[in-house]
Amino acid sequence: MSAMPGIVAINTFREAVRDRVLYNLIFFALMMIGAAILVGQISIGIERLVIINLGLSTISIFGLVMAIFIGVGLVYKEIEKRTLYSVLAKPIHRWEYLAGKYGGLLLTLVVNTSFMTVGLAAALYYVGRPFVQSDASILIAIYFILLELALVTAFALFFSCFSTPMLSTLFTLAIYVTGIFANDIREFGKFTKNPVMEGLTRVIYYVLPNFHNFNVIGAVAHGDSIAFSLVWQNTAYAVVYVTLLLLAASAIFSRRNLK
Amino acid sequence: MTAPAIEIDGLTKDYPVGFWRKRMRRSLDNLTLKVEEGEVFGFLGPNGAGKTTTLKLLMGLIFPTAGTARILGRSIDDVEMHRDIGYLPEQPYFYDYLTARELLDYYARFSAYSRAERNERVARFLDLVGLTPAANVQLRKFSKGMLQRAGIAQAILHDPKVIFLDEPMSGLDPVGRREVRDIILDLRTQGRTVFFSTHILSDAEMLCDRVAVLVEGKLQGVGAPEEIVSVDVQGMEILFEASEGRVLPASITERATKIGGRFRIEVPEADLYAALEQLRTCSAKILSVTPVRPTLEDYFLRLVGREKAASHAMEVVTR
Repeated sequence: MSAMPGIVAINTFREAVRDRVLYNLIFFALMMIGAAILVGQISIGIERLVIINLGLSTISIFGLVMAIFIGVGLVYKEIEKRTLYSVLAKPIHRWEYLAGKYGGLLLTLVVNTSFMTVGLAAALYYVGRPFVQSDASILIAIYFILLELALVTAFALFFSCFSTPMLSTLFTLAIYVTGIFANDIREFGKFTKNPVMEGLTRVIYYVLPNFHNFNVIGAVAHGDSIAFSLVWQNTAYAVVYVTLLLLAASAIFSRRNLK
Repeated sequence: MTAPAIEIDGLTKDYPVGFWRKRMRRSLDNLTLKVEEGEVFGFLGPNGAGKTTTLKLLMGLIFPTAGTARILGRSIDDVEMHRDIGYLPEQPYFYDYLTARELLDYYARFSAYSRAERNERVARFLDLVGLTPAANVQLRKFSKGMLQRAGIAQAILHDPKVIFLDEPMSGLDPVGRREVRDIILDLRTQGRTVFFSTHILSDAEMLCDRVAVLVEGKLQGVGAPEEIVSVDVQGMEILFEASEGRVLPASITERATKIGGRFRIEVPEADLYAALEQLRTCSAKILSVTPVRPTLEDYFLRLVGREKAASHAMEVVTR
């Protein structure tokens, strides 16, 4: 196993940690969780539901903002600033570099999400509710958020290999939004009873990532348990999709002339 | 027999231009040259000549339209070959959130040194390029010259056999240029091959065993700096001081240039003794007599002028 991606990943993580935007995001995330506490106190009897809902949604939204906005600049920024030149002059393959950049941002997201998870746990503790066994499903919801972020980051990195940050942001957002409504799009195709439309929506359903399956926030907030089969299915789905995206990104980036 | 350090064969690079990117502009045209091990090789040319394109092709940052190149006998596509080469990009940019020490440590990690060895090397090379006092300062606070020094340090940190430097003197003050010249000379003493691009001809004349001149993507000549320029003496330069109260003959004053209290005159080689005799008769003090040879700069300007005239003529014909 090559150590090169790890070297790049650690540096990417260090860049994110030293970036003030990252600190702001953590700050705002903590602010949101603070707000959740406030809402929880004025929502008599449903504090748990409100805090978990708001907390997990905040973790998801802040993670997405980071994944997209940092992800789309991962490669583009290094090409624009030409910091990439001296790195690629070292004995590192371009795919190793990409894997490192991806791993670095993923590490950043994991650390960031972990901090926010601690914030959420603190918020739950603050409202005086003892932890129960079903709270473990909150961790599953957070794991799903991380899988979702891994997928979004892979898309952002993929687009960043051949497009500008602005277009990459638009493409990634478009795919994310379409992916959330993947089930609805397929149902819409069936509803039209038009074979062409049905075929088209089925293709969209299978080709684009289905982000809907990663969202269990509502169920977790209501104390429902999450089926173990969904855990491994989502894991396998994310791993395969991310691998394919990184392979495609590497194929494009390996042939790219750096200006 | 060992392979040349650098072997370039018919390297050509076209870039698509225009809105639809259908037209091609040739940036490098069929470049063929060899650089032997241990040579300091200067790659000369005006801005836009194709020097940086050549270096980026050799580093695998861009891909050739045609032709091949080998470094230390290995294809430029071979990433492992990069263990033995160092590269300073033109106007280098580095991660500005890192300190100089962190930056060098980051690059040293690619060579799989142990932590102790990395620390030792980073300290040694920071010292070599004069950045020890700024070792813990973030690069965003560095001047252009300091960035250039950091760039040179990262290029040679892992003791590469072949070092590529793209405009290494750019942005440096006279002291910095002198230090970089000393580093290049030191690398030569150690038997390393140095391939550097520059448009500062005095640096090339001073440092290079051989130079190649590139104009508008085409190689114009390769050889030792003194071979590249004509060895023919163009004339003789006499530097003298006139003695007080003596009038210089008109044939001298008409051609002489006054520099402070001294005079400089350039005469054809055949007229040297006649001119000296005239100066002697009016008791002038001869300070120096120097043959005037065309410099690399003269050669360079002549080539650029010729190429521009040729392309202008081509434009007129095609119109």
